[in-house]
Amino acid sequence: MSRPKLPWSIEENPLLCQWVDFSEPGIARVFSAKVEIGQGIVTAIAQIAAEELKLPMSKVLVVSGDTRCCPNENYTAGSMSIEIGGTSVRMACAEARHAIVERAARMLDADESRVAADGGLILLGGAPAGLDYWQVAREVDWKRPITGTAPFTAPESSTFLGKSVARLDLPAKVAGPAFIHDLELPGLLHGRVLRPPSYGARLRSLDQSAVEHLPGVVKIWRNGDFVGVCCEREYQAVRALEALRAGARWIESEVSSGTRSWRELLPTLRSIDSESEAGERPAGAANVRRLSATYSRPPIAHASMAPSCAVAVYDEGRLTVWTHSQGVFPLRGALASAIGLDESHIAVIHVQGAGVYGHNGADDVALDAVLLARQVPSRPVRIQWNREDELAWSPLGSPMVVKIEGAVSAAGDIIDWSSEIWSGPHGQRPRARGPVNLLAAAHVDPPIPFPEAYEVLSGFAGGARNSEPGYDLPHRKIVLHSLPGLPFRTSALRTLGGYANVFATESFMDELADAAGADPVEFRLHHLSDPRARRVIETAVRLADWQFNAERGRGRAAGIGFARYKNTAAYVAVIANVEVREDVRVSKVVGAVDAGLVINPDGVVNQIEGGIVQSISWTLKEQVVFDGRRVTTRTWEDYPILRFDEVPELVVDLIERPDCSPLGVGEAAQGPAAAAVANAVARALDLRIRDLPITRERIVAASAAAPA
Amino acid sequence: MSTTHTIVVNRTPYRVTVDHYETPLLYILRDDLGLKGTRFGCGNGSCGSCTVLVDGHAQRSCELPVWSIEGKSVTTIEGLGTVDRPHPLQRAFIDFQAGQCGYCLSGIIMTAAELIGTGAEPSREKIVAALDANLCRCGAHARIVKAIEAAWKASTLGAAR
Repeated sequence: MSRPKLPWSIEENPLLCQWVDFSEPGIARVFSAKVEIGQGIVTAIAQIAAEELKLPMSKVLVVSGDTRCCPNENYTAGSMSIEIGGTSVRMACAEARHAIVERAARMLDADESRVAADGGLILLGGAPAGLDYWQVAREVDWKRPITGTAPFTAPESSTFLGKSVARLDLPAKVAGPAFIHDLELPGLLHGRVLRPPSYGARLRSLDQSAVEHLPGVVKIWRNGDFVGVCCEREYQAVRALEALRAGARWIESEVSSGTRSWRELLPTLRSIDSESEAGERPAGAANVRRLSATYSRPPIAHASMAPSCAVAVYDEGRLTVWTHSQGVFPLRGALASAIGLDESHIAVIHVQGAGVYGHNGADDVALDAVLLARQVPSRPVRIQWNREDELAWSPLGSPMVVKIEGAVSAAGDIIDWSSEIWSGPHGQRPRARGPVNLLAAAHVDPPIPFPEAYEVLSGFAGGARNSEPGYDLPHRKIVLHSLPGLPFRTSALRTLGGYANVFATESFMDELADAAGADPVEFRLHHLSDPRARRVIETAVRLADWQFNAERGRGRAAGIGFARYKNTAAYVAVIANVEVREDVRVSKVVGAVDAGLVINPDGVVNQIEGGIVQSISWTLKEQVVFDGRRVTTRTWEDYPILRFDEVPELVVDLIERPDCSPLGVGEAAQGPAAAAVANAVARALDLRIRDLPITRERIVAASAAAPA
Repeated sequence: MSTTHTIVVNRTPYRVTVDHYETPLLYILRDDLGLKGTRFGCGNGSCGSCTVLVDGHAQRSCELPVWSIEGKSVTTIEGLGTVDRPHPLQRAFIDFQAGQCGYCLSGIIMTAAELIGTGAEPSREKIVAALDANLCRCGAHARIVKAIEAAWKASTLGAAR
């Protein structure tokens, strides 16, 4: 029998004992480095483990994101947690139960085929054999490598897989303490960090005299351009920070010229270029119509509801850090490099924070806490950012410009497609490039500056994600202009470049369909042979209020968007109905999803609903403003997000594929939702807006510029 | 200069001493009383995460100086119900899985508690209007509205019994 292909997480962490532990009677502890960031992963992993161990969920305890005991699975990112992390837990748990059965058979001196493990008990010929899992587990060698040969529970006979199990973490969250912000430790100090007023600002002088004698101040620490303060109580720290701010003199400088539109600015910046090309241009097509259009998106903020927070304690040369980072292991390495302490002396433990949508300030605030904890040994230090720092200093989703050129034949076939992308880097997480990549490291003396980062198509290219259309095209070419010199930090935000590329691709598909005089749905289906892709589009159309033949420019219309995330993950088609008066109002959205085997259907629907709503917020409202020195969108007033009265009616339909591999959904809906809204607006106005967000100002400007 | 204040939170009177008389209630709740279900979001009353009831009215505890609530009755999410004995709103939020990260929910539930406390049936429009100044970043809005509608029905049925 050939060895099955093992998921990456198992290859890196091959032993059963790295995944499962039965040392506590009555409980199976399951280890995962995939962490809860609001997406329901811990519940899904508990479902998977309970299923394959054949235990009730109450007997399964998922321990996630703890460098002291969990497998190193790098980051919780890229919608890979179910695909890789979940499949790994499934494999490990199936094999653990098999190991118990095998050992129990020997203990009972029985043939393995007559022994079963179910509900925590060992059965012999279907009857309890007087042994439980934990008695047998003591006799199992858990240091054995996972082979991937133990069969999984079949979907049709599963108890927990495919069931809408309620989120395990929700009851605490609606009743009391539940987040890292709420962590209580003896002797806890509350700290704050004084961030520079702008990128490139240097601290000329700091008058601490007015701060030192404030009540509760335990420590003020300045190092280079980094200033922090620790106090006995939290509000004392809030006051001390304001006093420090008043006593700080900074030298600021212009870091970019900055006020032009992203569409104009990005193609003028220094770029590192790479390209890929596939297929052949068909020869001899007649009456070809060529089209070209350029689209853009601004930088977007994570704008998590909670400001980033971390707690650290430094005691006798050992460091313990509590964080809501998406990657406890890479963070441990980055912290070790930043402060020159061996990784073996650092424990990094995940505690839930507010929703994380990519690389936000979670890692940065951990270094803030570590730097200050080292100044007050043995006392835990809790650092919480304020709202302004969260919006201004967290890494941003990169602005992008996407120019697409295409040709459609008289027969309505797309015969050429090329896409040119200008984008900052999307992957600058700690350790992703260079050893550190943490904010405070760039402010201390000597600084560890952020390395110059860019992407190429042959490697990790977040900017090109989903730039390859999922359609059957005879020839396509992708050019990526990666921009290493953006004046602010950009990194992973949900979908990376997928949001802009799908928005552009799917807008352009509508523009091509118009040029071909075709119905946009028919036009898409005409270029799609993948039956799973066709099915989500057909499903969305069936469920939606779809009137393509309606007259254009009447202020009300529907639009469609489709993509398979990363061209390898979940398929999503979205149809949006919009009404445009002064602003765009999205009245109804239908989403059809094929995510393969679904572990938790309600969890998937919840993620898709959230992805659609967040995408509408990005598409209609959100843009970070940079004035050449600093991010000026620092409050919820400057950076509005979608409100309750702007949220549409939502219908999400899951296409069940229990025999297919599970596919992540956290990032699958955003691109299609943006395109559906943009295409609907283009029909409602009979005017296409190609720059996001589609605000009232943009509509007015586009209307004024349009030929009468 | 430190000042001492008597406040009533979840029907329990407390005497608290603060360094600054304008210390916002939020920090008293979290730091002094250990009531960490009330959450900091923005510090200027624009996101609603820190909402509590003051004499039955939803207010932003990050902006309420402690002196201003003397003689008034404060209710936090802990005063509404517990994991084991949830309030109909908390129950409904779990039933509808109305949340993703859950950080905004405490403030949203307290805002909804004022609405439900009036006894009049809240229409969808009224719920949406009441939540106008509460933000949710994960996009759980539609479920949240449904949960509040269901909670009102559950609480009025409970009261009629």
